[in-house]
Amino acid sequence: MTKSKSWLSLSGIGVFAVLLLAVAPLMLTDHWLNNLGKYCCWAIAAVGIGLAWGRGGMLVMGQGVFFALGAYSMAMHLTLETAGDRIPGFMVLYDPLAPLPMFWEPFRSATFTLLAIVLLPVIVAGILGYALFKRRVKGAYFAILTQALAVALAVLISSTIRETGGDTGLSDFKYFFGFVLNDPANKAMVYFIAAALLIVCLLAVWQLYRSRFGELLVATRDAEERVRFLGYDPANVKLVAFIVSALMASIGGALFVPIVGIITPAEIGAAASILMIAGVAFGGRASLFGPALGAMAVGWGQSSLGSTWPEGWTYILGLLFIVVVLFLPNGLSSLPARLAAARRKPDVQPTPVIVAAELEEVRS
Amino acid sequence: MSNSSKRMRALMATGALGTAMALVLAGCGARAGDDTAGAGSSPAASCVDTSGSTVKLGFLNSLTGGMAISEKTVSNVLHMASDEINASGGILGKKIEYVQEDGATDWPTFAEKTEKLLTQDCVAAIFGGWTSSSRKAVKPVVEKLNGLFFYPVQYEGLESSPNIYYTGATTNQQIIPAMDFLASKGVKKLFLAGSDYVFPRTANAIIKLYAAKLGIEIVGEEYVPLDKDDWTSQVAKIVAAKPDFIFNTINGSSNVGFVKAYYDAGLTPAKTPIISVSIAEEEAPAMGHEVTGNYASWNYFQSLKTDTNPKFIESWKAYPNSSGVTSDPMEAAYISMYLYKALVEAAGSFDVDKVNAAAKANKITFDAPEGTVTLDGENHHISKPGHIGQINKDNQFDVVWASDKFIEPDPYLEGYDWFPADVRKQLVDAAG
Repeated sequence: MTKSKSWLSLSGIGVFAVLLLAVAPLMLTDHWLNNLGKYCCWAIAAVGIGLAWGRGGMLVMGQGVFFALGAYSMAMHLTLETAGDRIPGFMVLYDPLAPLPMFWEPFRSATFTLLAIVLLPVIVAGILGYALFKRRVKGAYFAILTQALAVALAVLISSTIRETGGDTGLSDFKYFFGFVLNDPANKAMVYFIAAALLIVCLLAVWQLYRSRFGELLVATRDAEERVRFLGYDPANVKLVAFIVSALMASIGGALFVPIVGIITPAEIGAAASILMIAGVAFGGRASLFGPALGAMAVGWGQSSLGSTWPEGWTYILGLLFIVVVLFLPNGLSSLPARLAAARRKPDVQPTPVIVAAELEEVRS
Repeated sequence: MSNSSKRMRALMATGALGTAMALVLAGCGARAGDDTAGAGSSPAASCVDTSGSTVKLGFLNSLTGGMAISEKTVSNVLHMASDEINASGGILGKKIEYVQEDGATDWPTFAEKTEKLLTQDCVAAIFGGWTSSSRKAVKPVVEKLNGLFFYPVQYEGLESSPNIYYTGATTNQQIIPAMDFLASKGVKKLFLAGSDYVFPRTANAIIKLYAAKLGIEIVGEEYVPLDKDDWTSQVAKIVAAKPDFIFNTINGSSNVGFVKAYYDAGLTPAKTPIISVSIAEEEAPAMGHEVTGNYASWNYFQSLKTDTNPKFIESWKAYPNSSGVTSDPMEAAYISMYLYKALVEAAGSFDVDKVNAAAKANKITFDAPEGTVTLDGENHHISKPGHIGQINKDNQFDVVWASDKFIEPDPYLEGYDWFPADVRKQLVDAAG
């Protein structure tokens, strides 16, 4: 039975892929397709948060840091590609005579940029995770530390306007690895890359969740000491999950830049990092689809409710968040299972069962 | 089934998807391959529909977030101007139907909403923005989609775009008059205090160049992020540097913290006055401290005695949700709406290219509350009078200095020999 459920999840990913890669491009206007691409970027980061937080129990409140590593790597490359041989315009504006900062130079290379998007988060999360998990830093301390890093990075970027564009951010990219970004066909191509990478990330966690590593991760979350007694080092298990989630945030950030066309410290700071968490909690942090769908729903709410009711939409988000946390601790994705359980045994409180049943869903 | 064979299948699925993705990529890339020559590729056809009895315009202001306090007023005055225009027959006989969007003090949101207004709502023009960061986020989008954006706030200049009209001051209409005023007061030592973003940084770069020419020594330069209020340690440096004047390019609520630190440190307008370029009639009473005696450089003050100003003030005071006082940025927003009306009527069309052509071919003027302003069809800025006001007890400004005539806009400072030509060239080149 569990086997069939696992393959059910896989076909779910298949349906999702068809919706994103075939139905959406046919149904949506350029503007909404581009917006959907942006939600996909947040969803990619959210899938990583689902892995680290939902399965691994690590409340990663500073994913903005890794989102920034990918986003700024990409943005620096696109800025240099647009500027050509010249120094980017915003740098001339603040200090006409100074040369290009040293750390920008390697980002002229497309290969270096792509490697940086993948390797920078792995290195940073590797060092950070090793230091924290080996010292058994967890719970609220871990959450506060990651959040503080996101705040610090946002302040650092804001205060180095000539090197990073500061609060104004980096924008006005004309090319994307040789493709003209103004061309709607190329914008669609960037969307397809984002949507496909989201599917790849979903497949990756689907595979991780049903592997022995996935079982170990959940075991570490639920009873870290027992895992240690069994002869595993929980630090290593957590480290891998943390690194994978950082990598996903970085990929999401990198694609955010050509899709949205601008990156600023506000998109990577404390509020942005918390909004990523909110989406994941909303959708259901431990489920396969919950984090991605939750992040996309929050993104859509921001675009559409933010237009019709700008003053009210944050209250709606807050209210939804409270309702979900109070009544559906496992997010909206646990609603069907919960309803089914309630129908079977109307008088029994089903909450504890759900977590296990839901986890079972994607394990083999 | 064994674990390893399952894993194989999953990997195969992933691989197959990767291949599919690559195919998608290749398909798209080929289509766009011919287009790599020019960055300004042909924009999508406009979806603006003016065949009915109305014309849609977009208002893009931060109704939420840190800038809402300033931008809501701009939004409100745009509503007032469009009500006035509708009451007198509309633009080319078409009533204005506006779409209000929230920029949320978030620059990517400004970019997203610009695209939405132009491609989903199909508006003929967009009005709004406040910070230079928001304008810099909007600029690539209006240029890509060949839209029109009317920007109503004084800014740092060194920019021009065929798709943007600037109705606030550029540097030679606000910063340079302020420096001329300081020179006339015999100021020798000047301290620069600003928020840490594009406008203050660029404005101060220009101030330093002109100060060298005027023989004014810059004795210090300090920046604090837009959203931070603590100025204590920076003001301590001002006290130590003993300047004759402080040039303030701080924007928004951070000014409150600055003013508090200024008075706490024992500085006074009598000995170390401040000249500001972002404190107007709206902001002065909100400083949390009496600021009487300090100065501001603007083009418009509520206290200006022109033929059109009394009616403007009266209409604004009567308008619902009005703040009761008029100020420079809201006056510039008011101008932008009438300027657009004049442009469209000169062009006889709402078409962007025809409007731009009409700007070049005609002398477009408007009897604004600050006086009769004239549009420069080449750089899309307007002529403005320079004024320095001193804050009085009612938080109004007494005009203590005025330029002898309207100042023609010169965003790239081409008429000023102290501005290095190679920097100008680099900036023009970078702007493409």
